Amino acid sequence: MTTRSTHRALDQLRDTRVWKSIFRRGPARTNRTRSLAVFGNLFLHAMPVKVREESLRVRATYYLGSFSFFLFVILSVTGILLMLYYHPAVPMAYRDMKDLQFVVSNGVFLRNLHRLAAQAMVIAVFWHMFHVFYRGGYKPPHQFNWVVGVGLLLVTLFLSYTGYLLPWDQLAFWAITVGTNIISYVPFLGQPMRFLLLGGHQIGENALLRFYVLHIVILPLAAVILIGIHFWRVQKDGGLTVREDHERKI
Amino acid sequence: MSQSKDSTAGNSPDRPAETAGSTRRDFFNEAATIALGIAGLGSIVVSTRYLSPNVLFEPPTSFRIGPPDDYPANSVTYLPDQEVYIVRTQEGFFAESAICTHLGCITQWKPELNMIACPCHGSKFKRDGSVDAGPAPRPLAHFAIRLMPDGDLLVDKLEIVTPSQILKV
Repeated sequence: MTTRSTHRALDQLRDTRVWKSIFRRGPARTNRTRSLAVFGNLFLHAMPVKVREESLRVRATYYLGSFSFFLFVILSVTGILLMLYYHPAVPMAYRDMKDLQFVVSNGVFLRNLHRLAAQAMVIAVFWHMFHVFYRGGYKPPHQFNWVVGVGLLLVTLFLSYTGYLLPWDQLAFWAITVGTNIISYVPFLGQPMRFLLLGGHQIGENALLRFYVLHIVILPLAAVILIGIHFWRVQKDGGLTVREDHERKI
Repeated sequence: MSQSKDSTAGNSPDRPAETAGSTRRDFFNEAATIALGIAGLGSIVVSTRYLSPNVLFEPPTSFRIGPPDDYPANSVTYLPDQEVYIVRTQEGFFAESAICTHLGCITQWKPELNMIACPCHGSKFKRDGSVDAGPAPRPLAHFAIRLMPDGDLLVDKLEIVTPSQILKV
């Protein structure tokens, strides 16, 4: 009863001039108009208009890709909020982090949410990769999307690594010391690469600022672009991989 | 009509290079591609150069450590600001890096065990910097140490010397 009246109210809303001017179409009453509504929406057009029922079952994907994306959204929101109190400079960075924990209202909640979501995202992305691998999701025609996925895995790991330095505590300092020394083992280019990444020979002000810029601008931008391609290619390559015997049943 | 158009096109000063197989459009396309390529390459070179800082606010690599009498015989002194050990043996002085050659952690001198130990991955060094155990691939670096005319010792971290070089005072 209530659902029917809500539906009717929504239908009437979709028939208004304001709705039509925003969404460029009226109520979607047929499959064709429903498809057109998805095609004509900037945020939905990369999404498939139809999906196999099998690919919506939990065990088909465990929603691991969606879960990784959801964590990325949480990390973006909490990260932007944390930026309001954080200075990427040497005496302040550690104090700002302590302020967030003990002084700022709900600061400890946001910081822990950011930290835990980051750790969860690394786990989710790896799990997603293993699941796609065991499902054979890297096989044609999905090869290129597998490559994009590997790119996203690397971006996730680099985001996790650059974020590790920002609290500027002992753990951060020694983790980055060890990590950047691993880079210097690269033949010929190792030392110059370490110098460019740190902006010096030691982990200091320059290194903190460079890791901050990588963490909040360059890597998230790369992630957003790769995520866009990744989602779009899922649809273009014919939807999610489902087990062949399940596909035949449908 | 079309004939006259063709003939004007053939005689037109716009397309003089038809015989060479390239038109003015091809020429401009090539010139623009080359110009954009040069500009792109230049901006990559300029940006890469920009990424590497010219002035660093890091501790000096060459520094005075005071007169030799500050260091008793058979002692290992750790200088935390410079991350260097000053070792005085019976024969004389040498200065060695406190940075582990494995992954760059700061090592610690353990006088009771007579060794230098790294807390990160368990590398162990003898007092002269040679590797005793652990993943360290190389011995600790020895730095040049010399006596200044005014009686102070000077260490230069940019000058790596062989472990056999010992300053006799």
